[in-house]
Amino acid sequence: MNHIELKAKAIQIRMDLLKMIHGAKTGHTGGSLSNTDILTALYYKIMKIDQQNSKWAERDRFIASKGHSVESLWCILADLGFFPKEELETFSQFGTRLIGHPNNKVPGIEMNTGALGHGLAISVGMALAAKRDGKSYRVFCLMGDGEQAEGSVWEAAMAGPHFKLDNLVGIIDRNRLQISGSTEEVMGLEPLEEKWAAFGWNVVSIDGNDMESLVEAFGAVPTVPGKPTLVMANTVKGKGVSFAENNPAWHHHVPNDTQLSQALAELSAALELLQQEGRVR
Amino acid sequence: MNTIPNRQVICETLLKLAETDPDIMVLTSDSRGSAAMAPFANAFPNQFVEVGIAEQNIVGISAGLAHSGKKPFVTSPACFLSMRSIEQIKVDVAYSGTNVKLVGISGGVSYGALGMSHHSVQDIAVARAIPGLAVVLPADRHETKRMTEALVKHQGGVYVRIGRNAVEDVYESDDYEFIIGKAVTLRDGTDLTIIATGETVRVALDTQKALQEVGVSCRVINMHTIKPLDEEAIIRAARETGHIITVEEHSIFGGLGAAVAEVVVQHQLVPMRIIGIPDEPAIAGKSSEVFKHYGIHTDNLKRVALEMLGK
Repeated sequence: MNHIELKAKAIQIRMDLLKMIHGAKTGHTGGSLSNTDILTALYYKIMKIDQQNSKWAERDRFIASKGHSVESLWCILADLGFFPKEELETFSQFGTRLIGHPNNKVPGIEMNTGALGHGLAISVGMALAAKRDGKSYRVFCLMGDGEQAEGSVWEAAMAGPHFKLDNLVGIIDRNRLQISGSTEEVMGLEPLEEKWAAFGWNVVSIDGNDMESLVEAFGAVPTVPGKPTLVMANTVKGKGVSFAENNPAWHHHVPNDTQLSQALAELSAALELLQQEGRVR
Repeated sequence: MNTIPNRQVICETLLKLAETDPDIMVLTSDSRGSAAMAPFANAFPNQFVEVGIAEQNIVGISAGLAHSGKKPFVTSPACFLSMRSIEQIKVDVAYSGTNVKLVGISGGVSYGALGMSHHSVQDIAVARAIPGLAVVLPADRHETKRMTEALVKHQGGVYVRIGRNAVEDVYESDDYEFIIGKAVTLRDGTDLTIIATGETVRVALDTQKALQEVGVSCRVINMHTIKPLDEEAIIRAARETGHIITVEEHSIFGGLGAAVAEVVVQHQLVPMRIIGIPDEPAIAGKSSEVFKHYGIHTDNLKRVALEMLGK
């Protein structure tokens, strides 16, 4: 996929997840919209995966440490054919596999996550296994910025460089909002990049809603031999839906009928603009 | 007198098995000395991981290793491994179905004089509340060897608790089969049954001998697996002996006694007594002194048994 196709895919995933959350009447809207571009870049361009063989030994691994933003992931896995797209209608309903957090009963999900601060340690273990076995797969771990307050993140942050895991990529969805408000008000994180750098990570700071930047940053891994990479993906919570952007209330707010229509109209307009741009090029 | 602690037996057994199994891995949290794992670290550096003093991290990393086909053995002090990382055990090991063996070393009151922070007498209660997690306490060095071999073959999460010091032998040799979930009847008897686990199995055996001298026939069951619990052995013992005493190096809340009581009550069986650490910060001292203080010793077990039998 070229960049325009990737951008169009991200818009389609946003539309899918909004419809899914609206239908289920539950979900984490804001964080899923903010991380959609990150996941689109990974799943449609960067990661070696095989949807016909989800346990392929050489595949790149993705761990959603911020498991509550699973909506974009469900929509992407369905779109790629890991499971039938109709199953998205069961999201968060009684007895479903598609619960509100990653669930490894579903093909394409590596581990059950959701309790914050777990994903990076698991990813360290996976990347370490690759190193010890001389395998070339990479491990991508997406964390939230609010999640950085968990002490266990920093235990794993210490271990990545110690084991020289240049096949490990930590990603922070730096949208600067958590449930109770701004991350800096709730528990200040800054200077966050300097903290990761001080722990021995190769830190790359990008616009996490910009497809070119995401593809470039992820594509370069391993970036520095012997060092894990931390991609500080500066994003907008609620990205792509004007009334949800930068509004902490949309952390787990569900769109009503009117809001869904408006959101889909905005995204359709963005898609149209993109298609025009594609034709011009 | 045996002088080999169970932690050393685990290391020796894993050393032997790792010669033909490159997937066996040992992880320590600055505890390769206290876990007696230095020989493994030296012999198989590529199968050894030191994570430093970070119990949440050691479990998460192990889950990641297991996900990639490794057979990680986490060896870390029981008090921290069972409590500080319990959420990682619940989510990354049990819920995710990863093949991680969690070996809590220096469990119970092994760190006697170090006080409640280092005592691990809630670990059975905590571990057995986690769905899918097996809970095992070997009684002596022979059983520890057989258990370790079984753990390497077993697929799934297991919490193991062992003590720090060498314990007196319970078995005459390692020539027997260890099956996770299957209790071992060490002595048969008809008047009552003592069910013990881990280091208290020795106390139960000594009590059986003392009771025999006064004409009481006592069955002794080594419940080395608390979960999955061998309910059949409990029900049979209750029906055939009429009285049950449990003894453990653990809080009386949620441990072996509670697990056995759940079976006894739900089947409306027999009177029983639970001997263990009461609901208080356990007193500091050597294991034997702490055992004495709380009645985890032969004289008290004999007294309780005779009282139950109305003698």
